[in-house]
Amino acid sequence: MSDVHDMDDMRAAPGSPATFSLDGQDVEFQAGETLIEAATRAGRYIPHLCWHPDFHPHGSCRLCTVKVNGRAGAACTMQAAAGQEVQSDTAELNAQRKTLLQMLFVEGNHFCPSCEKSGNCLLQATAYQMGMEGPHFEQFYPNRPVDASHPDLLLDFNRCILCELCVRASRDVDGKSVFAIGGHGIHTHLLVNSDSGRLGDADMALGDRAASICPVGVILPKRRGFAIPIGQRRFDQAPVSQQTQGDGDSP
Amino acid sequence: MLDHFPAADLIQVNLCADLNVKLETAYGSSFRFWRSRARLFEGYPTNLSEPPHRDCHVKSESEVVAMSIESAAFERVLSRHGRDPHALVQILRETQALMGWLPRSLLSAMARELKLTLAHVEGVAGFYRFFHTRPMGRLRVLFSDNITDRMLGSEALMADLCARLGIKPGQVSADGRVSVDQTSCTGLCDQGPALLVNHHHVITRLDAPRVAQLAELIRAEVPVPQWPADWFAIDHNIRRADVLLGMPLAPGAAIAAALARGAQAMLDDMKRSNLRGRGGAGFAAGLKWELCRNATGSIPGTAPGSTHYVVCNADEGEPGTFKDRVLLARHADEVFEGMTVAALVIGARQGLLYLRGEYRYLLEHLQAVLQRRRDQNLLGSAILGRAGFDFDIAIHVGAGAYVCGEESALIESLEGKRGTPRIRPPFPVEQGYLGQPTIVNNVETFCAASHIAAQGGAWWAGIGTHQSTGTKIHSVSGDCERPGLYEYPFGTRIDQILEDCGARDTQAVQVGGPSGVCLSAFEFDRRIAFEDVPSAGAFMVFDCTRDMFEVARNFAHFFAHESCGFCTPCRVGTALVVKRLDKLANATGGGRGSRHDLDVLFELDLLLHGTTHCGLGASACNPLRDTIIKFRPAYERRLESLHFEPGFDLDAELSIARRMTGRDDPAAHLEISP
Ligand SMILES: Cc1cc2nc3c(=O)[nH]c(=O)nc-3n(C[C@H](O)[C@H](O)[C@H](O)COP(=O)(O)O)c2cc1C
Ligand code: SF4
Ligand code: SF4
Ligand code: FES
Ligand code: FES
Repeated sequence: MSDVHDMDDMRAAPGSPATFSLDGQDVEFQAGETLIEAATRAGRYIPHLCWHPDFHPHGSCRLCTVKVNGRAGAACTMQAAAGQEVQSDTAELNAQRKTLLQMLFVEGNHFCPSCEKSGNCLLQATAYQMGMEGPHFEQFYPNRPVDASHPDLLLDFNRCILCELCVRASRDVDGKSVFAIGGHGIHTHLLVNSDSGRLGDADMALGDRAASICPVGVILPKRRGFAIPIGQRRFDQAPVSQQTQGDGDSP
Repeated sequence: MLDHFPAADLIQVNLCADLNVKLETAYGSSFRFWRSRARLFEGYPTNLSEPPHRDCHVKSESEVVAMSIESAAFERVLSRHGRDPHALVQILRETQALMGWLPRSLLSAMARELKLTLAHVEGVAGFYRFFHTRPMGRLRVLFSDNITDRMLGSEALMADLCARLGIKPGQVSADGRVSVDQTSCTGLCDQGPALLVNHHHVITRLDAPRVAQLAELIRAEVPVPQWPADWFAIDHNIRRADVLLGMPLAPGAAIAAALARGAQAMLDDMKRSNLRGRGGAGFAAGLKWELCRNATGSIPGTAPGSTHYVVCNADEGEPGTFKDRVLLARHADEVFEGMTVAALVIGARQGLLYLRGEYRYLLEHLQAVLQRRRDQNLLGSAILGRAGFDFDIAIHVGAGAYVCGEESALIESLEGKRGTPRIRPPFPVEQGYLGQPTIVNNVETFCAASHIAAQGGAWWAGIGTHQSTGTKIHSVSGDCERPGLYEYPFGTRIDQILEDCGARDTQAVQVGGPSGVCLSAFEFDRRIAFEDVPSAGAFMVFDCTRDMFEVARNFAHFFAHESCGFCTPCRVGTALVVKRLDKLANATGGGRGSRHDLDVLFELDLLLHGTTHCGLGASACNPLRDTIIKFRPAYERRLESLHFEPGFDLDAELSIARRMTGRDDPAAHLEISP
């Protein structure tokens, strides 16, 4: 039934600053912008993991799920339209987000205390933001070997949340398509494009955008490790909700 | 080409040539081919416990041998598809039919030939359940695992076959001869238990004697075509026919009527008919056609809307649904005719029929009907003499992925990609196949459209109810005397269908498949209609002896197995549901459950409803929620206590300590059962 009925939404008229309301406050948007783009430009935080301002929206993590005029939708894929009533920071939606985060944590192997990314990790920071205190669900403990074959980069698949930012960065910015997605269902996983399937044999360099885009601790530069001590890292400075303009790549 | 197969010159050339001749004549089906090739795979590692990815794959000698032997046939597959990367799924399918599986070195060659990355090809191959990137048995047996197959004893029959062959489900026999596993519903629920051989042939009505004989035939490597012919018989089981099943149209009648009216008037008639899509969502077909007709595609590099496409969704993956199979087998003309009428309305020159991999055996028949229609000038250029009315239909065969029934995932698959649903909007009517305006309709919808073209929209609107016009075909299976197809006008009561099919002591009916709704006895006065109980066509009957918890658990496994893996809630949520239900079901936790488990299940249901990317995840918990609410005792029986109960028995864990200390007094136990 939902096949076509979103098609006649009201796009912003050119010139006039159109607005929608986000949790009761007006947000201006430009024609063609998604809800999260407009909100972020206005300094408002909508939780997200797979969205990044520099890339096409993906819509897979579902953290950004909001209610638009009472109907659920992903803020990173939904076009802004004049007069929309958008709810995001509500107890119900934040509880859903916490559950989604817990799902991502139990799906992979996340031992934050021993993770190089700790403090710079968007997953961890978002979990703090949503008040996640424990995994809630049973752990899957998947068996995902680390790929250390590349001279400058390490791949620790245990932490992959399948946001496909590396896939997009390598394809759309680096023009290399080093990464792809394989498998299906709970066995979905990241693939590396090389004959051996290992990064050491792939066309990947430390300076590639894909090398610094991972929001969690999968794609890590070697020999940098704990250069910035824990306690002084990005999300140690301020919670993720106060860094809406800072969706840069990994520090 | 051959330079990709480094060992080509090492192979006995005679064997190579001989095989290629056979391959040409018996593509995909000849068992002789299997036998002559069989030796080559012996000794190939079949370690199934390896992680399914990233294993650095060293080519074994036998792999290299197998590859070079197939190289000429592989080349023919590539050239048949013009080395078009959009044909990747078809190329993978046809290549696997030659090889039995898809070695990495072959994927690598395919990637080079199609100018794709190896990871992309690997990712597509790994998405579809019918593609194998590690060696399978030379004969592959897949038992249909719908709940209706189970109710007819499929689990015991599979266990029996495995025991006779000395293998475990999911494993390849040590001699590489055979592998046995399960697959999602094969659409033969009215004549199950059913199984699929080599993703091509089906055997229906399995029973113990058939399985015993099957084991003998497999052991003796008797070619499949020499197996008893009646095993492959597929009945149509038409129990109640109305317009679609009972009033066949003369080929060309609907097209002629549509041409006489003109495209715009035909569209008006479609809208007048108020026909709603039969694939589940129930979107108005006339409106969809109109949106597509008016759309101008906007893919960079092509003229806007330069091409429109008509796509027929014959993926029929919803467990318990088999009406499209019969329509394709018995009424293919009306289906193709409906597509042709749609082409006239939207201005399309190309149609595509997406045939689910499980219905591969219908391919030759469908191709023959298409050819006859070309010969009759009902397809091709200047159809029925109308200059400029050019339209033809190609068939794309799927490879075992329920999600590809979702229209945007289906289009991705048609384009040779993983069947991941797209972000919508844009909808297919704006940007569908290759970015062009596309209508996707169900088989039954097109069939109905041909009748509407022939007899008029007002006539159709006079059948059924005001909001749900026309007739609907139900695939009836489960606990009843006369399973099969029942076509009724919309508005028919559930208990009428139950009476007609000979159902007794009915406890529940699952209408519309696992994604639909589970009705209990007090709802049997409700009616099939979009405004009451909508249905995509499945009607599975459960009598009072059935355990509705097991029904829900079977469906939960189905959704977890079929999740595309794209979005967090469905990928992880469906797996968590399975873990919980298996815990409740003895499988892992000794039947131990608590209120907490039910709370978690409700929580997952809510989450999946509100957050998933597509309809698969959104409806994955429907059966769970319906059965918890309506058949609660089936769950409560499995709850040990009303509080948290861990997945293991704490007291039993202490038994070693008791033995060591020689104690067994009440104080040495955690909890004394009342
Ligand atoms: C997970 C999923 C599976 C689907 N499977 C099918 C299918 O097998 N056949 C079908 O016709 N529609 C299926 N649909 C519905 C299609 O997306 C689409 O709505 C339909 O093909 C449109 O045709 P109709 O309007 O004629 O019904 C499925 C939808 C979802 C979400
Ligand atoms: S490796 Fe990182 S960027 Fe790539 S999909 Fe996984 S989590 Fe996302
Ligand atoms: S709900 Fe999400 S994971 Fe499930 S099939 Fe749809 S897109 Fe894939
Ligand atoms: S940020 Fe929108 S779905 Fe991931
Ligand atoms: S702390 Fe988040 S992945 Fe390491």
